[in-house]
Amino acid sequence: MSSSSFNITSTSSSSDIATEPDADAGAEQTRRTLLIGALVTTACLGCSAPSRAGEDAPGADERPQKGDLLVFSEGDQEGKVITAADLPRGGPPVHAWPKDPKTSVVRSGSRLNEILIIRLDPAELDEQTKSRAVDGIIAYSAICSHAGCPVTAWVKSDVGDKEVFKCMCHNSEYDPRAGAQVVFGPAPRRLAALPLALVDATLNVAGNFIGKVGGQQPG
Amino acid sequence: MTRKQWLLSGFVAFTCLVPIAAGAGPIENYSPVTAQRLENPEAGNWMLYRRTYDGQGYSTLDQINTSNVKNLTPVWTFATGVVEGHEAPPIVNNGVMFVATPMGQVIALNAKTGDEYWRYKRQLPDDLFQLHPTSRGVGLWDDKLYLATTDDHVVALDAKTGKVVWDTKVQDYKKGQYMTLMPLVVDGKVIVGGSGGEFGVRGYVAAYDAKDGKELWRTFTIPGEGEPGHDTWQGEDWKNGGGSAWMTGTYDKDAKTIYWGVGNAAPWPGEMHPGDNLYTSSVIALDPNTGKIKTHHQYHQNDSWDWDEVDAPMLVDLQRDGRSIKSLIHPGRDAIFWVLERTPTKINYVAGWPFVSTDVWKGIEPESGKPIVDPAHKPVVGKRVEFCPSLWGGKDWPSAAYSQKTGLVYVPANENFCGGFTGEKIPLKPGELWLGTKPEDIGLKAKPGADHFGELQAWDPTTGKKVWQHNFPKSQLFGSVTATAGDLVFAGGTNDRNFRAFNAKTGELLWEQKTNSGIMGMPISYEVDGTQYIAIQSGWGVDAQRIQDALATNDIGIESNVPQGGVVWVFALKK
Repeated sequence: MSSSSFNITSTSSSSDIATEPDADAGAEQTRRTLLIGALVTTACLGCSAPSRAGEDAPGADERPQKGDLLVFSEGDQEGKVITAADLPRGGPPVHAWPKDPKTSVVRSGSRLNEILIIRLDPAELDEQTKSRAVDGIIAYSAICSHAGCPVTAWVKSDVGDKEVFKCMCHNSEYDPRAGAQVVFGPAPRRLAALPLALVDATLNVAGNFIGKVGGQQPG
Repeated sequence: MTRKQWLLSGFVAFTCLVPIAAGAGPIENYSPVTAQRLENPEAGNWMLYRRTYDGQGYSTLDQINTSNVKNLTPVWTFATGVVEGHEAPPIVNNGVMFVATPMGQVIALNAKTGDEYWRYKRQLPDDLFQLHPTSRGVGLWDDKLYLATTDDHVVALDAKTGKVVWDTKVQDYKKGQYMTLMPLVVDGKVIVGGSGGEFGVRGYVAAYDAKDGKELWRTFTIPGEGEPGHDTWQGEDWKNGGGSAWMTGTYDKDAKTIYWGVGNAAPWPGEMHPGDNLYTSSVIALDPNTGKIKTHHQYHQNDSWDWDEVDAPMLVDLQRDGRSIKSLIHPGRDAIFWVLERTPTKINYVAGWPFVSTDVWKGIEPESGKPIVDPAHKPVVGKRVEFCPSLWGGKDWPSAAYSQKTGLVYVPANENFCGGFTGEKIPLKPGELWLGTKPEDIGLKAKPGADHFGELQAWDPTTGKKVWQHNFPKSQLFGSVTATAGDLVFAGGTNDRNFRAFNAKTGELLWEQKTNSGIMGMPISYEVDGTQYIAIQSGWGVDAQRIQDALATNDIGIESNVPQGGVVWVFALKK
């Protein structure tokens, strides 16, 4: 075919286009299988923080703990401690790692420690969210509860007027004002929340993650 | 780390490899799979991704045909227990069905009754994230099955029991490496290709010894320094240039040549990786024994639209222009229906034409087959550029089929979609999305006034003429199609959850069945004890759902409400 004969516009025409009108393993084996399954499930809880011994300092892959500081995980200020002044009211969120103040180890050894911090009008927060917040500043796991992708976007919701956290892998949306409840998309549950406190004008982690961190596993 | 910690971590690592296998197994009287059986499969079996190595997606069974398909009825179903996109064909070997699902699960079933023999569930790492949480099936060899996983391992299972025989790590999932394809098994070699084109990987195809999982060869789809084609890249771009290879190849058993489709260049805007960028958006011809690239054909150069050309070409013997040619047929994501000729040393361009409307190409150079781009519709950095079709292309990974009876190619196409984005230089971070644009900037628009989106098309590859087309007014068409000797074409792929049978000669809709979810995977046909069955997995998700979400924002009366959850459906004629 010559290039001049390349028919760009007419090929969707057609000579005949139709349009659609509007055993039995026994009880003992089953029990044993269940026990093995339970053992595997339990043991695999230990898989959640991939060991990077030799690569990261001790504690780098442990989940955030009470008293941890929060530092920028990206951008020009990467590694710097985040203060309330770094957070514009109304967003967007800042991406952070927890940091052990005693050892100065940044807990970046597992992506399950990625955190979203955002400052919103305290009046917008529901009571439970407010109880975990400091002056409208709230923190959540950045790991989508659907397929474990990072939640990266702060955009107007597909189903409302408010801006929401959005996972761009599969379009799950979370409302940070209401405990990061799912407002759109396939995510099965909220983002895990991370309670905050203000200590000497510095943001601190006030406790462990509330809720499960990470994507869903098969049933 | 203390000794106790080492011991503990060793225990954890060991137990995490243990599958959960349960059910009524083991399977007795399993038929071992041989080279001869894969090269000339029995009519009643579906043991390769497209049933035969040539990738035609054609069953020679004809008990179910145009005269009686109206009597097709479900005979059994089986809930897989997981959501997400179910994209695998059920694989059948002499009455035993193997179903691969998202989340690294394989289920062995009695293909006649639907009774479970065993189930394997991979324990995926907690920190894994899955852009494409799916699997496209298990390969067969001897008495084993082979699963490529989203945490980037190849796992061999005992076909009779579901127990792990070997487990080989391919690459590091933490760097965005993962796999979703059904392995291609050729003469005792388990051949896989990597996903990760959106994570700045350098794509590859690799082969493993079916017996023990030892790596036999690995061929990168982007040539390294000193290799032919390396000069189609500049600077260090090749190191993260994409070229993922996430679909099963086809195989010319006579010429002993594998044809493997290669994905998009990375990041998306072409000006961020100047040059033709071999072998992205190409087909490569591989020697199965060594992995050596014998020859190649690039469908389009300097990809800028996320147009993977990973769906491997079909091998079809054609009479065209007064001569016999051994063709490669590929309805491309780039909107061009490609007809190529395969020879032992070269792939020749024969013909190409747009099978959906496109504003990206102005034509095709007649000798080389190189498409001529319109720069106005080629994404660049710093400016929003729109193009048609959308980044999902004229046809994405769902496979077309070829009927040996009608001589027609059946294409699950999408029309009236356009896309666009603003290119942006974003630093690469291993394991993170690296698109060359902000993900939230990617658009899909329905053309104003469009009266349909999905199209099931029937093309005569010898003449380039479209013989019939069936339009879907309110849905994309995102599912593989299969043809049978009963002059039927089976297809799901629509958001109304229907599974359909069409007359292969005329396009007449002959039968449809509403299922639990939308269907993306491939219909198959098999036979047990003299009865022909049709099987499909219904389970919507992944890119079909992404398109659905995008349609829901277009204010055209389409909602994002397709239910998810996987079910295996098996149909036969009412007795």
